[in-house]
Amino acid sequence: MKQYELVIVGGGPAGLAAALSARENGVQDILILERDNKLGGILNQCIHNGFGLHTFKEELTGPEYAARFIERVKEQGIDYKLNTMVMDIREDKVVTAMNATDGMFTIPAKAVILAMGCRERSRGALNLPGYRPAGIFSAGTAQRLVNIEGKMPGRRVVILGSGDIGLIMARRMTLEGAKVEVVAELMPYSGGLKRNIVQCLDDFGIPLKLSHTVVDIEGKDRVKAVTIAKVGPDRKPIEGTEERYECDTLLLSCGLIPENELSKSGGVTLSPVTNGPVVNDALETNVEGIFACGNVLHVHDLVDFVSQEAANAGEYAAEYIRNGKTAAGRVLPVRAVDGVRYTVPSMVRVEQMQDTVTVRLRVGDVYQDCAIVTYAGDKEIGRRKKKVFAPGEMEQVILRKADLMDADISELTIRIEKEG
Amino acid sequence: MYDVVIIGAGVVGSAIARELARYNGSVCVIDKEEDVCSGTSKANSAIVHAGFDAYPGSLKAKFNVEGSKMMEDLSRELDFPYQRNGSLIVCTKDQDRSVLEQLMAQGVENGVEGLRIVEEEELRSMEPNLAEDVTCALFAPTGAIVCPFHMTIAFAENAADNGVEFFLNTKVDCIEKTKDGYRILAGDQVYESRAVVNAAGVYADVINNMVSEKKLHITPRRGQYELLDKAVGDYVTHTIFQLPTKMGKGVLVTPTVHGNLLVGPTAEDIENKEGTNTTGEGLELLGKMASLSVKDVPLRQVITSFAGLRAHEDGNDFVIGEAEDAKNFFNAAGIESPGLSSAPAIGVFLAKEIADKLSLGEKKEFNGTRKGILNPNALNMEERNQLIQKNPSYGQIVCRCETVTEGEIIDAITRTLGARSLDGVKRRTRAGMGRCQAGFCSPRVMELLEKHADLSVYEVTKCGGEGVIVYGRNKEI
Repeated sequence: MKQYELVIVGGGPAGLAAALSARENGVQDILILERDNKLGGILNQCIHNGFGLHTFKEELTGPEYAARFIERVKEQGIDYKLNTMVMDIREDKVVTAMNATDGMFTIPAKAVILAMGCRERSRGALNLPGYRPAGIFSAGTAQRLVNIEGKMPGRRVVILGSGDIGLIMARRMTLEGAKVEVVAELMPYSGGLKRNIVQCLDDFGIPLKLSHTVVDIEGKDRVKAVTIAKVGPDRKPIEGTEERYECDTLLLSCGLIPENELSKSGGVTLSPVTNGPVVNDALETNVEGIFACGNVLHVHDLVDFVSQEAANAGEYAAEYIRNGKTAAGRVLPVRAVDGVRYTVPSMVRVEQMQDTVTVRLRVGDVYQDCAIVTYAGDKEIGRRKKKVFAPGEMEQVILRKADLMDADISELTIRIEKEG
Repeated sequence: MYDVVIIGAGVVGSAIARELARYNGSVCVIDKEEDVCSGTSKANSAIVHAGFDAYPGSLKAKFNVEGSKMMEDLSRELDFPYQRNGSLIVCTKDQDRSVLEQLMAQGVENGVEGLRIVEEEELRSMEPNLAEDVTCALFAPTGAIVCPFHMTIAFAENAADNGVEFFLNTKVDCIEKTKDGYRILAGDQVYESRAVVNAAGVYADVINNMVSEKKLHITPRRGQYELLDKAVGDYVTHTIFQLPTKMGKGVLVTPTVHGNLLVGPTAEDIENKEGTNTTGEGLELLGKMASLSVKDVPLRQVITSFAGLRAHEDGNDFVIGEAEDAKNFFNAAGIESPGLSSAPAIGVFLAKEIADKLSLGEKKEFNGTRKGILNPNALNMEERNQLIQKNPSYGQIVCRCETVTEGEIIDAITRTLGARSLDGVKRRTRAGMGRCQAGFCSPRVMELLEKHADLSVYEVTKCGGEGVIVYGRNKEI
């Protein structure tokens, strides 16, 4: 087996962008390991448009967006293996993988980039009561069946969760001949992008019921009906508010979970909030030389930001391969408080950071007429006002190195503050 | 004309079938579901009880203790996962310790070996995550865990390999007495038989009452469970039972042989014999109940919940043997807990009874050994690579969460009594049983079923019946 300096786990948008960036930054021997039968990851089934507005200033479909990266990876002669499952990542960066042609093999890498993406929260994890018949799908599974296989998993559909995939699938199922009865959302606000609510629900007359959840699923072989009910502030169903929908399908779009089982095997520390690795401004995890980017790090709304983040990871991995150990210096923790749920990164290396560092974050609730305010110690160094902040939309804060040089600063704080 | 028709392909019916296969005679098993192991046998606590629980002298006590003693050898012969992890019945400071002592005395009377009371200090070193209130426990070292799917399927496969026929998707409508035995009508099928075995689970009363005036009445007793991620599979290492309280028999917390953590069951008497739905109240109750014996059970790690029905007969004991008023009609009815533990012993007992009654001689060519589906995860890297070189499908992962290969799934579909549905594949290989709950692998398993089970993709179901996965091509539904 050929030796590689950099192994990238996952050939979706994050892995591809990370590989290209690492190559641009001088890494010769790069191997992408992809478990599916083609590169591109979940973009391959996202046949709707709206990808790439930031990166390419045009609206592409998912496969088109992926193709631009895949072509460049091929042009660059970057090695990749398809249908290949990574079985284990060790703390010393020995990667064990398996496929049908090479069998099981190990690669001792100098650096590893985690780019495994995420999975959907299943019916089981949601603990929805009722029967367990056919016809209950995560929205992404339905998307694969419809968009890749060309097969319809339902005729009359109820959707739980207003995540973007669920909204997109409400429209897709409708266009392919199904009737979408309702989209129910547990929270009092949607988990998806505003534009998707307009374009995928409103335009097709599909009702969105906020503060609702599924309380019963009927049907022994196949779903026959789904009952939803309103929930109170404690998110528990309110008796007497049940509405029963006859249907044959329940789609679930109730959140994504970064797939970090391999990260754990490599000793990578995870954040209990994002379920992704804890990283610094170099997107490096607590294990030296193991980096993370894309949805395995934290769940993104837009692939453009995944590509940007992954390019950074590729650059820093290249630097690590070139220089060996990244010299330690002053590290400032970034604390997410008062309405800010998390930040990525959650610490910055003051001496080594670039002149600016983008910190991505999500808020924990809907906030109106507020600002996201950044403090270095007690000193305010940034303030961004907005009419509405919502958990469904990722926000960002730009940190300037110049603001952090004062040796008295021991931490950064990012919080929501009421305006006016 | 069959010598014996067994109604029900659950663990009891399959165990009886396998034991009857030792004798000369024609035997078949019929079941209304699309696969073996589709009723009570697929949704239970997966425990081999030590045998202290049942009242001395009861059939439950007799068969439980016998079955439990047979299980380890059987698991090797038939190649199914079994692990003697030991059981603890915990007693809290507010509970009556004498109940624990009575339970132990009962166990000793039943012939259970190795029972002893464990005091708090030792107990906490055995199980650090027990609830604060727990003060002592009855330790049953012979308590064990097993895979009920693999166990049932192993019995059925071994029976089939030794000549027993299986007819699935076959629901018994009525049974008539004939001159030589019985005529069983099931849809458009007719089965003539000298003897009938009733192993119909929650329907065993219906079947019995078709031929016998000694009526049975079975109440489906629903048990809801939550299965937790392997990440917390070692939260406890023994099976933790609770002392019966006024709230009921309590719920158990146990590791499974596959490394998950299982919490359950509730106990609700219901009317509907198909009522395997979970309920909001039931699932909520599980958390409360579990916390009585184990602290901070990590229920947020739930990956699925399910419900099973125990066949509770009014007489509160197994009903096993020939019906008084129906010659050569044998019941294996009212098989609730400890049914899984008892099944091997019930199989041996009834097969012998029937063989004696029908004068069936022993079959010389009987082969009691069965090889399960190869588990590549149990091989070292060198062995695994040899396997992949020989058969590359063992290098292709289909189910990512449980790392199940294409080779295992093809084996599950093409072997004796092969899987015909997603759930059939799942029970045999664990594909789809992991934390993503088949989100990623179901389209691939559908393809493999299409290719190897000779089904159109539009005929592939989750668990039989009308439960297809996809209806037709896009825009053509």
